[in-house]
Amino acid sequence: MKQSLIGQPAHRKEGRDKVTGQARYVDDLTFPDMLHGVTVRSPIARGQLRGVQFGEGIPWHEFTIVTAKDVPGANCVALILEDQPYLVSDTINHPEEPILLLAHADKYLLEEARRAITFEIEPLPAIFSIEDSLNRKELIWGEDNTFKSFLIEKGDVNAAWAHADFIVEGEYETGAQEQLYIEPNGMIAIANREEGVTVWGSMQCPYYVHKALIKLFDLPPKKIRVVQAVTGGGFGGKEEYPSMIAGHAALLAWKAGKPVKLIYDRAEDMAATTKRHPSKTRIRTAVGKDGKLLATEIDFTIDGGAYATLSSVVLSRGTIHAAGPYNWPAVRVRSRAVATNHPPHGAFRGFGAPQSIFAMERHLNKVAQTVGLSPEELRRRNFLQPGETTSTGQVINEKIDLSSLLDRALKLSDYQTKKTRFAEFNASSSTERKGIGFATFMHGAGFTGSGEVYLSSVVGVEATETGKVRVLTSNTEIGQGSFTIFSQIAADALGIDFSQIEIAQPDTANVPNSGPTVASRTTMIVGKLVESAALGLRQTLVAGGLLGERYSADEFAEACRQHIAQHGALKSFSKYEPPPGVHWDDEKYQGEAYGTYAWAVYVAEVTVDLTTYETRVDDFVALQEVGKVINPVLAAGQIEGGVAQAIGYALYENVVWREGRMVNNQMTNYIMPTSADVPPIRVYFEELPYAYGPSGAKGIGELPMDGPAPAILNAIEDAIGQPGIQTFLGQIPLMPETLMKAMTAGGGND
Amino acid sequence: MRLAGGVLPKVCMCGTHILSLHPQRKEEQRVKISLSINGTQHEADIEPRFLLVHLIRDVIGLTGTHIGCETSICGACTVLLDGKPVKSCAVLAVQANGGQVTTIEGLAKDGQLHPMQEAFWECHGLQCGYCTPGMIMAACGLLKETPNPSEEEIRHGLEGNICRCTGYQHIVDAVKYAADKMVA
Repeated sequence: MKQSLIGQPAHRKEGRDKVTGQARYVDDLTFPDMLHGVTVRSPIARGQLRGVQFGEGIPWHEFTIVTAKDVPGANCVALILEDQPYLVSDTINHPEEPILLLAHADKYLLEEARRAITFEIEPLPAIFSIEDSLNRKELIWGEDNTFKSFLIEKGDVNAAWAHADFIVEGEYETGAQEQLYIEPNGMIAIANREEGVTVWGSMQCPYYVHKALIKLFDLPPKKIRVVQAVTGGGFGGKEEYPSMIAGHAALLAWKAGKPVKLIYDRAEDMAATTKRHPSKTRIRTAVGKDGKLLATEIDFTIDGGAYATLSSVVLSRGTIHAAGPYNWPAVRVRSRAVATNHPPHGAFRGFGAPQSIFAMERHLNKVAQTVGLSPEELRRRNFLQPGETTSTGQVINEKIDLSSLLDRALKLSDYQTKKTRFAEFNASSSTERKGIGFATFMHGAGFTGSGEVYLSSVVGVEATETGKVRVLTSNTEIGQGSFTIFSQIAADALGIDFSQIEIAQPDTANVPNSGPTVASRTTMIVGKLVESAALGLRQTLVAGGLLGERYSADEFAEACRQHIAQHGALKSFSKYEPPPGVHWDDEKYQGEAYGTYAWAVYVAEVTVDLTTYETRVDDFVALQEVGKVINPVLAAGQIEGGVAQAIGYALYENVVWREGRMVNNQMTNYIMPTSADVPPIRVYFEELPYAYGPSGAKGIGELPMDGPAPAILNAIEDAIGQPGIQTFLGQIPLMPETLMKAMTAGGGND
Repeated sequence: MRLAGGVLPKVCMCGTHILSLHPQRKEEQRVKISLSINGTQHEADIEPRFLLVHLIRDVIGLTGTHIGCETSICGACTVLLDGKPVKSCAVLAVQANGGQVTTIEGLAKDGQLHPMQEAFWECHGLQCGYCTPGMIMAACGLLKETPNPSEEEIRHGLEGNICRCTGYQHIVDAVKYAADKMVA
C-alpha cells in the first residue's frame, strides 16, 4: 500500500486550467443563436407598480420582454418560505427588486433599452432600520415584521443578578458586508416545453437552483437540469441568489425560444444581490469579583431585508454562537430576524456567527476591565471544559483545552512582550498608537441541529472504463479546493493514486444531491460520504474476488475493468447517517447543535495613525483546532482568505445606504483589502481528530471569519483606550472618520 | 492611498449599470486597427470607443482575460501591452493599435508552463482562479521591473489586483518562488 495522502499538500486538481486561462466561467461560454438578457429593477424601496413605459427610439419588437404574467408556474423563489417573487406583479418591497426582463442579441442595444424603461409607481412609506421594524413604524411583512425569533434558556438567569458583584451591560452593532467574489453572478439558460429547462452558471448549490426552477416552471424534476460552470468565488453570495438569476435567464429563454445569457456587471451585483446581515446586540452579564461569569442575557437582532430568504437559518447560527466558548451557569438568548425594505440580506461566510461573536468578544473585554482582570485571565477562568455544556446544553465531549490554546496563541504572537513594548511606545509617540488584542471563539461545522438529517445527503463513486474512479457529488469547487480534498480522501480510501480520481462537474443530471456547498460541511460531512462510498466500491471488488487485500494501482484498474466487463457499471453510493447520541429539540433549541466545533484563538496587532485615524493590522496570528487537516496548504489558504475578508469587515468595508439602496456599489468606492493592506497572516493548526469526519477532519471554511473583527477592535482598544470611546469600539466597520470623531470629541456625540 | 467609502453621483434614476454604451451605432465611425496578440497578428474593424478587453474576449475569443469590475480597480483583466501590465478594461482597443499584447493564453510555450504559472499552481496562489490570469500578468510585469522583489515590494506591486479568496499570502509566496526560479 502507498503512503497516505491525508495531511499532504496535494496540488489543486484544476490548477492547470486556472493558471493557463483555460477554465471556463459562465461568461466564457457561448451557444449558437444566443441572446443576452438584462433585469430591469425598481428604482424605489416600496410602492405599488401601476404601469410600465417603453421609451422611444428602441426597436421594441426585436426584444423578448418578460413580466410576472409570463411565469409558467409559481412566481416565487422556492427556498424556505415562499414570499419572494421572481418578478414584481403588484407590490415593490425593496430597491433593485426585479420587475421586468429583456433579451436581445446586441448587448449594447439591450443596455440602452433597459435605460429607456420607466415604471409608474405609487410610492409607499418604507423602513430601513431595525428599530423602525421592531417598533412597526410600518408593517411590511407578516403580522409583526418578524421573519423568525428564537429563545435559548439555560439555568436561572433571573436569580443571578442578585448575587452578582458586577453587572456589565453593552451594545454592539455590525454593518452589512458585500461578499465581493471577483466573478460577478451569471447564468445561461436553454428552455422550452419539449426539452425542459437547462441552466449553466456560477453557483454554490445546484440543487437549490433545481428546486427553485421546478416550482417556477411547474415541471417534473427530470425536466430541469442545473450545471455548475467554473465558479469564481462565492462566500455565501452564490448560495441562494443564483436561483433568482437562473429563473430569470430561463424565463427569457422560455419565451425567446433561444439560449439566453444573463451576466451581472459589478454595479448591479453589488446593489441587487445579498449581503451579510447587519446586526444589533445587547448583552447584560453578571460576574463575581473572582471573575467567574454567573449569567448572561443576550438580545440579538438581524436585519433580514425585504424577504425571508435564509434569514431564519442565519439567525439560528448567530443565536447558538452568541454565548461563545464559555461555561455560563445561566444564559438567555433572545433573537429575531426582522424585515426592512433593504434588498434581502443573505448567506455570507460565518452565517450569523461573526455578528454575535463580535458582540461577545468585545463585551468580555469590558467585563474584564470592570472586574479588574486581564482579558486573557477572565477567559481562562471561564472557558468551557470537556464535560461542561454550551448554551444549548450540549455536553463538550472533545478533549479541547482552551487555556492551552490561548497560551500557545499568546506565545506565538509574543503578546506579553509586545504589550509592554507598545505601552512604552505609546507614551513616547505623538503620531501613532500600537496595540494588541485577541478573540477566542468556536464555530460549529455542518448544518445546525437536525439540518443534516433533513438534507440526507447522498454521494456516489463510479469506476470508469479506464480504471479510474469518478466521484459524484453536487458539491461545488468555488475556490476552496473541494475537488482536491475529495480526490485525496477517495484515493486514500481506495489505496490508489491521486491522479486516478476524477471529480464529476456538478450537474443535476449526473450527480446525486449531496447537499449545498455551505456551512463548513463539504470536507467534514460530504468528505466522509466520499470516503464511505469509496470503501463500498472497494468492498464490492474484494467481495467479487477481483481484488485482494493488497494490490497495486494497475491491479485495481484491472479489477474495475473486469467488473465492468462482467457485471456492467460499478457504482457505490453512501447516504448520511447522524453520529450516535446526537439529539436536537427544534422547539426548545436544546441539544447537540452541531456534531462538532472548531476552536480558535486569533491575535491581532495594530497601529492607529493619529493624523489620519487609519488603523493598520501589522501582524496576525490565527491558531485553531480543526480536527485532522486533510491538506495543510489548502487549509491555510482558507484561513488566510477568511482573515483578510474579516479585516475588511472590521476596518474598510462600509456599505453606504440611501433610501434602502447601496450607493457605493462599485469597487471604486466600496473599499476592500488589497495585498498592501493585509499583513502576513500566520496560521497554526492543532489537530484533535473528530471521530465522524473523514480521517478525523472537521469543517473550517467559516471559522476564520468569526474572530478577526473582535480581535482587531480589542487591539484598537489596547492602543487608544480612553474613557468615553467604548461605544464607538462596539461598532464595525470602524471607519477612520468614526474614530476621529470619537477621539477628538473625547467620545462625544455626533 | 485608500479612499474612504463614499458616495458617487448617481448615473441615472434606475442606473446600477456602468456598462459602456454605443452612443451612436454608425458604420462610418469605425476604425481599422492591427495588433499582435500572443504573437499572432489580428486586424479588427471597431468603434473608436471599443475596449481592449472586449476585443480580446468577444472578437478574438480569448476568454482567459476576465472582467471583474468594469472600473479598472480589480485587475482581473490585466494583460501585457508592449511588455507592461495594463488593465484592459481601461484601455481602448485603438490605443493598442500597432502594439503587442500578451494574455494569459500566451504565457505557456509548447505546453510548458511559464515559471509564474507554475509558481501560482505550486504555491496555491489561486483559489477560485478568477483573478488569477490578471494577477499572473501583473506579477510578470512586476518581475520585469524588479526581478528580485522583497515581500513589501510584491505587496505594493500587486496592490492594483484584487483577490477575495487567498488573503494574498500564497500569492506573495508564489511571486517569490517564481522570482527565484527566473533569476536562477
